[in-house]
Amino acid sequence: MKRRDFLSALGATVSTFALPPAFSQPQSPSNAAYKKLLVLIELKGANDGLNTLVPYADPAYAALRPTVQIKRDQVLALTDRFGLHPALEPLMPLWKAGEMAALMGLGYPQPNLSHFRSIEIWDTASKSNEYLSEGWLARTFAAVAPPRSFLADGVAVGTGDLGPLANATRALSIASTDAFLRQAKLADPHGRAYNRALQHILRLEGDAQFASTQLKPKTDWKTDFPGHNLGQQIKTAMQVVSASDGVAAVRVSIGSFDTHSGQLGTQQNLLKQLAESVVAIKQASEELGRWRDTLALTYCEFGRRAKENASGGTDHGTANVQFAFGGTVKGGLKGEYQSLVNLTGDGNFVHTADYRSVYATVLRDWWNLPTATVESVLGGKYGSMAFV
Amino acid sequence: MSTTHAPASAFFRYVLWVIGAIIAWALIVSQARAQTIASNAVAMGFDDARHLLGRTSFAAQPSEIAAYAKLSRAAAVDELLAQTKRVASFPAPAWASRYERVFRQDMTQEERQAAQRREQVERGLELRAWWTAEMLSTPTPFTEKMTLFWHNHFATAQQKVRVASLMYRQNAMLRQYALGNFGAMLREVSKDPAMLIYLDGAQNRKGMPNENFAREVMELFTLGEGSYSERDIKEVARAFSGWSIDLDAGEFRFRRAQHDDGEKIIFGQRGKFNGDDVVTLLLRQQKTAEFIVGKLWIEFVSPEINRDEVGRIAKVFRDSGYEIKPTLRALLLSDAFWAANHRAVLVKSPVELVVGSLRQFRFEVEDPAPFAVIMRQLGQDLFGPPNVKGWPGGETWLNTTTLLARKSFLNRLFRVDEMGAPEIQGASAALIDRDMMGERRQRAQARLATAGMADGSDMAGRGKLGATMRFGVNNAMKGQYHFDAASWFAQYPNRADADSLWKTLLAGPPVQVTELKYDLAGVRAIALDPMYQLK
Repeated sequence: MKRRDFLSALGATVSTFALPPAFSQPQSPSNAAYKKLLVLIELKGANDGLNTLVPYADPAYAALRPTVQIKRDQVLALTDRFGLHPALEPLMPLWKAGEMAALMGLGYPQPNLSHFRSIEIWDTASKSNEYLSEGWLARTFAAVAPPRSFLADGVAVGTGDLGPLANATRALSIASTDAFLRQAKLADPHGRAYNRALQHILRLEGDAQFASTQLKPKTDWKTDFPGHNLGQQIKTAMQVVSASDGVAAVRVSIGSFDTHSGQLGTQQNLLKQLAESVVAIKQASEELGRWRDTLALTYCEFGRRAKENASGGTDHGTANVQFAFGGTVKGGLKGEYQSLVNLTGDGNFVHTADYRSVYATVLRDWWNLPTATVESVLGGKYGSMAFV
Repeated sequence: MSTTHAPASAFFRYVLWVIGAIIAWALIVSQARAQTIASNAVAMGFDDARHLLGRTSFAAQPSEIAAYAKLSRAAAVDELLAQTKRVASFPAPAWASRYERVFRQDMTQEERQAAQRREQVERGLELRAWWTAEMLSTPTPFTEKMTLFWHNHFATAQQKVRVASLMYRQNAMLRQYALGNFGAMLREVSKDPAMLIYLDGAQNRKGMPNENFAREVMELFTLGEGSYSERDIKEVARAFSGWSIDLDAGEFRFRRAQHDDGEKIIFGQRGKFNGDDVVTLLLRQQKTAEFIVGKLWIEFVSPEINRDEVGRIAKVFRDSGYEIKPTLRALLLSDAFWAANHRAVLVKSPVELVVGSLRQFRFEVEDPAPFAVIMRQLGQDLFGPPNVKGWPGGETWLNTTTLLARKSFLNRLFRVDEMGAPEIQGASAALIDRDMMGERRQRAQARLATAGMADGSDMAGRGKLGATMRFGVNNAMKGQYHFDAASWFAQYPNRADADSLWKTLLAGPPVQVTELKYDLAGVRAIALDPMYQLK
């Protein structure tokens, strides 16, 4: 069979030419507000919010958690009702400076307790029974694209999935900037993509080639990035951000918080890494003069079961607390902590705020996107949580 | 007269019509049969053979493709299925089949850490190297592909299980059933010590349920998401309570006192079910066969599921009592498998890319460990899937990071001239990749080392590598990788036929390469072509 025949045998009806993104991108209004950076921190496996922002004064807390409990004298009190897990001690200066907000009672109706389905729901900003293939940031950037001069619309640090950037036109994943720059020399986007897989490959080659021309990592950091995995991811993220024009969003992740057993030690260790990494974001952003233009947000698929299980851990649950950090964040406790006594029939919390109101806050108040865009991206009207 | 004739002639006309119909039917049937026999008996040719082997093996040699090309499709599939094995042939590390308790209550913190390091760093790497070696040397790559398919399906990660010999034992069990009976495999999995640790089954006790296994056995192992209720999960967890491990023997143990033997309602049925009963209930659900066949479809046929065809093959699966071979036979002989628009549409997994390349180019591999580490860097850590859902696979194998890392690996494989390696002699070249296998390997090992102790923590660059680990790295670095270019190119005596090179190496015509050359640079160019990423 000749090459030509093979091509027609493949039913080559798609004749897409893959070009570098700068040429192939559809026209859409650019938005200067994307110069304000969003850093998403995924707490993989679902962090136990009850032991993160501890309702220590509520007698129901000790009842739910007789052993998987943060002792009252160890809690870092924020108010007379709530306090932080002691491993979050490095965050106390941010809290006191009003640069840290706790977003309480987050969830969604008809919660799904599967990790994979629920993180898909969070990543795609979908309803519990709605299946969307594009991440919520991908849809945002499709509606209003970040400036072309950005090296990418969004960057997922690491080798894993793209999460909220899934199926975005200009999303990159970068594990380390050095390796990326070295290897990007091999990127070559030319050629004819006659099926979907080839299209995907050629688009990646184009994205990589373009980004490598933009990326000029800073070498003289004064910030001491923690040596653990998340700390190094933050370093990579800030290297990307320090490039001439940067990106609109970066996503990093830490895990696993799936503490079905032996929760106390695991969570202590992970929250400490989280706190150190947030401090590194602040320091590095300040070094770049961008802390006031930086918003870091934690997220995960759900919280954990109200009652501890018999293995010194907690099973999958529902409503949860997340955190926002940044130089212009309106600090404090936002929303309403879920009730510890009014549980569902299967022993789960009832959420008090929809997780999409966090996204609405980002889109409307952080990036100044028009309300119509926000509603179409999120598939409905959601109020702001007033943290920026 | 006419009155008596009329019914008689009507009768005869009827008889004639019946005879005619029978003859016509017989003709149609015999023709159809003849056609089936003809299409089954005809030699399928090089392209079909390459497609079949590209999907079911780790890259095939031109001679293998030529041998299969002479067979009909059906004969080729039967041959592939007949060759599969139930046990690995590469010798396992000595510790693998000799269980001894790793963690004991009376251990000091230091002893505990030492045991942890031994299991996860040293043995963990030996285990990965062993499976890589088996995949590199097996005469039946299809067996390993199916074992890997089930490892991905019943995903279990050593990061949590820790004990290397239990991971090895699970791997042997999966190979035992990889092309056997799914129902029997599911029963084994529900009692498998590594799985009981991984999904917390061992902690699931009467009155103190742990739902982890109960949820995943339905969501990921049998029915798929949405085919059960939260109530079912709670009840299934009760049914599996008391399914535990004897840590001294490393065996499954049913602890009667911890088993909830009360009545449960599962899928609307009421009974004093135990775990075995749940497996039976799961195998009775129609969804189970459809879910598994859907995954096989995505693995072997196309990223887009054809519901009708999956339904048809799922029926074969159920009717055979969950026998995997007849199901794969139906899948591989489906029209969809051979359809022109389903060729070169699947993304190779990191294992397929790395093992396939090493087999394709007949690299002599003295130490497979570095390649296990490279597969991990490319996103597929054997014995360490990212979570219980396994590797999502397909297009998600490729993002900018992993695509560039793949190309970098392939580039170095054939850049002997620029490696400056002093060991180059004649056509045979030493391919120690100092970048990929040196520094980064060490970092990867450090990650392996810390993965379980502090999930996600990375001690890279902090100089905390233990002496043992450094010794391990140095030892492994002695391995060299030889590509005997002269003997490899000798497979292609007819260089005038420019197409035969890419037709062996690629699932479809190259996208970027225009000039096909029978030398190292030519082969490298083909390996860097986007088409090389597909199967």
